[in-house]
Amino acid sequence: MTSIQKPPVRHPSLQSNALGLTRRDYEGAMSTLCAGCGHDSVTAAIVQAFFELDIPPHRAAKMSGIGCSSKTTAYFMRQSHGFNSVHGRMPSVASGANAANRDLIYIGISGDGDSLSIGLGQLCHAIRRNVDMLYVLENNGVYGLTKGQFSASADVGSKSKRGEPNVQKPIDPVLLALSLGATFVARGFSGDKARLVPMLKAGLTHKGFAIIDVISPCVTFNDHEGSTKSYRFTRENYHELAAVDFVPLQREITAATEAGTSVSVTMHDGSIVRFREVGSEYDPTDRDAAYAHVRTHQERGEIVTGLLYIDEQSSDMHDIAHTVERPLVELPYESLCPGREALEKLMDEYR
Amino acid sequence: MGIPVSGKNVFPSNIQGLPTWYEIRVSKDGHTARPAHIDLVVALNPATYAKDVAAVRPGGWLLYDSSWPLDQALAREDITILGVPFGRLCVEAFTGDRERTLMRNIAYTGALVALLDIDMDVLGEMIREQFAKKRALLDSNFRALHLGYDYAKKHFPCPLPIRLERMNASREHVLMDGNTAAALGCLYAGATVGAWYPITPATSLMEAFTGLCKRYRVDPETKRNNYCILQAEDELAAAGITIGAGWAGARAFTSTAGPGISLMSEFIGLAYYTEIPGVFFDIQRTGPSTGMPTRTQQADLLSIAYLSHGDTKHIALFPADPGECFYMSLAAFDLAERFQTPVFVVSDLDIGMNDWMVKRLTWDDNYRPDRGKVLDAEQLERIQRFSRYLDVDGDGIAARSLPGVHPKGAYFVRGSGHDKHGAYTEDAAEYQEVVDRLAKKLKTAEEAVPAPEIHQRNGATAPIGLVALGGTHAAMLEARAVLAGQDINVDYMRIKAFPFGEAVRHFLDAHETVFVVEQNRDAQLRSLLTIETGVPRDRLTPILDYGGLPLTAERVIGDVARHLEASVA
Ligand SMILES: Cc1ncc(C[n+]2csc(CCOP(=O)(O)OP(=O)(O)O)c2C)c(N)n1
Ligand code: SF4
Ligand SMILES: [Mg+2]
Repeated sequence: MTSIQKPPVRHPSLQSNALGLTRRDYEGAMSTLCAGCGHDSVTAAIVQAFFELDIPPHRAAKMSGIGCSSKTTAYFMRQSHGFNSVHGRMPSVASGANAANRDLIYIGISGDGDSLSIGLGQLCHAIRRNVDMLYVLENNGVYGLTKGQFSASADVGSKSKRGEPNVQKPIDPVLLALSLGATFVARGFSGDKARLVPMLKAGLTHKGFAIIDVISPCVTFNDHEGSTKSYRFTRENYHELAAVDFVPLQREITAATEAGTSVSVTMHDGSIVRFREVGSEYDPTDRDAAYAHVRTHQERGEIVTGLLYIDEQSSDMHDIAHTVERPLVELPYESLCPGREALEKLMDEYR
Repeated sequence: MGIPVSGKNVFPSNIQGLPTWYEIRVSKDGHTARPAHIDLVVALNPATYAKDVAAVRPGGWLLYDSSWPLDQALAREDITILGVPFGRLCVEAFTGDRERTLMRNIAYTGALVALLDIDMDVLGEMIREQFAKKRALLDSNFRALHLGYDYAKKHFPCPLPIRLERMNASREHVLMDGNTAAALGCLYAGATVGAWYPITPATSLMEAFTGLCKRYRVDPETKRNNYCILQAEDELAAAGITIGAGWAGARAFTSTAGPGISLMSEFIGLAYYTEIPGVFFDIQRTGPSTGMPTRTQQADLLSIAYLSHGDTKHIALFPADPGECFYMSLAAFDLAERFQTPVFVVSDLDIGMNDWMVKRLTWDDNYRPDRGKVLDAEQLERIQRFSRYLDVDGDGIAARSLPGVHPKGAYFVRGSGHDKHGAYTEDAAEYQEVVDRLAKKLKTAEEAVPAPEIHQRNGATAPIGLVALGGTHAAMLEARAVLAGQDINVDYMRIKAFPFGEAVRHFLDAHETVFVVEQNRDAQLRSLLTIETGVPRDRLTPILDYGGLPLTAERVIGDVARHLEASVA
């Protein structure tokens, strides 16, 4: 079942991964987004992360809702199955797919409108269920696809393109996820691919629900003066918590020589996430501290980025449901049907 | 005692404190519909005496606890009131409030045994079975039984003119509710993913499935579950989970009622357009809106047939009783996978929650699921290019691939406009090609779904035809039998599925007068028949019963007779 379509031929110019695939094999259709859209940079980082993790593309499932952000699942990994569902409801579709086939690697792509307005309930409950998936929220503060209305993540005072300020308080997906008990919470910036890629890799490896809020500016409707989700504003107020390095299990030895690591977390498959130059006061496994840290900086107008919280010991949806290890879709019918005799016995109970 | 029987619980939408009634019909002719007239009322609750007394048919009986006298204002000349001081007898015979209250109910049973000539041995056997492990209770139960029995024997002419007689009509039968039977169907169909959000009267379906899975679906070695049931945050999510699991290749289902169906609408359109299988149970209750959650109706027919925006149409099955809930659940999974589309099993509160006498369910071990056209890794390896929506066989059904199986099978599911390869399109011709094929697929389904059941005398067509579907079947059969006794010969067609096939159209065409009997205000089945078969609306006379209680034969007989008289006059 894990056949790989491309023969492992190496292009002299293109680096290939352990499967013999090049970055090209992880690309998708040509993007139809506006030139400069933050979402396209996130797509590029995703391509890089999957490539570096040596994931066979057809073993990954790309799930999304509706929005410019949700469209991007078509722009990476053309050899992966994709499911562009309905607005705000991707988490339930991903939950069902994962319930049926727990062996696939699930990545969900959503927007701030998709996740924090119409789909807020579904996001919350996918967090509670702790579905094993990476959930990328491409956050631009507006509804890009419907032409620039404020979304629920727009900051108070942030100006629309026409100059009107937003007056309603924002929902911060990071604080939301922390308070709901999410087991992996991070924030990134589409303009900082170098730091985004290891975060994505850690999120893909995490067992349980990993959410990454990626500030991803909309150049068409929300990149102007007065917007708090523009490239400029984000760069100026970017406060990096700590750069993370993701060290997959099999590369441990080479990467372990890197200096400056003060905290590391071992993932359930043995890979390691290292937090470089973390101040001794910050512990990424302390939920309350993470919450307080984000809030403190928020009050100073700073956007904290980085891997903020991680819990590798949690029970995911299948642990909770006590499901068999083997994907349900692979169970033979014979093992599912109790058969004639059992039915006859059962009928006697209903006489 | 081998007598055909049916029981219906008439209960309010309330957790505690309000009275409920349990109606039992016993009929030597095998009629199991809810009767219009009640012979004997057992009044257990002084708060409802007025209602209880009024419910007895003229010439009937009322049994009540005479420890406290019945309000004289309630007395009726035309019925016989039988008072037994159950309360007092039990206070004398037992100690403790709890035992006195419990045994009062058994004493009632004792009185009924005498009044109706119930076989004491059969009852004794049942009590012994139930309390086999609690000897003390066994003795009290028998004592209580005799308290009521002896009192009735001594004070009343036993048995009454209505009495039970041992028969042999129920040997191959079981007493079961439709939700349990449907859950069994899901179990035997090999469903592995169930998603739901609690709602009356659908809750007991998933609860029954959960119970069955705990019993039959735990892996003997690892003790882990061969199933995954998710209680979702709402019905939207339940639909999403069902569709996600169906896409991944599992047999998945959800059970809900009208309010949930409304919420699922957008997702159903997605599944229809992207061609993902899933089974959706609608245990109908009285609408609109919250309506009367503990009363029955058949009022979701139109919304289900074309659920969701845009041009959509769905396969729906209409079980008539718990037996069919079992077999049709199974059929629903086969149809859903074969046609790669959502399939509805449209039951109702009466079928779902009441105990019905049905033939013992049987199973053929040779059954294997129809998974439809699914390309496996080898097939995918061999083909040049996989096109998700290509109609190779001319039946409107394209082959699908499952995620994770092979890179060549990868495609992009999108609810947005797509061409036959699955690629995004806004091109009119490419878009139409796909939706036209969907129409063709549903056309193919017409002859694949269960055909209607037609009741006709000696194969000769009568001038009058009755049409109905679902749980009104028992009342329809009874009405037809009674009409035949009055020399009114009617044919009867019970529709079992949507979309309608040729046989449905033919029946309508073949009858001069057609009555469409259904449990909703707006004659929804008649509308569907008109839309789908082109038969003029005026040719179909509606008989509508939508107060929330199961249909009675009398209602049908009365309306047919009235109509015939009017047309003669
Ligand atoms: C039920 C429903 N309502 C409304 C819409 C219209 N709609 C499409 S995308 C969108 C907002 C998307 O915003 P966001 O998730 O932030 O994505 P972005 O385009 O900003 O990346 C809306 C309201 C829809 N598709 N479905
Ligand atoms: S409208 Fe905004 S979010 Fe949408 S593609 Fe253009 S830049 Fe990106
Ligand atoms: Mg947005």
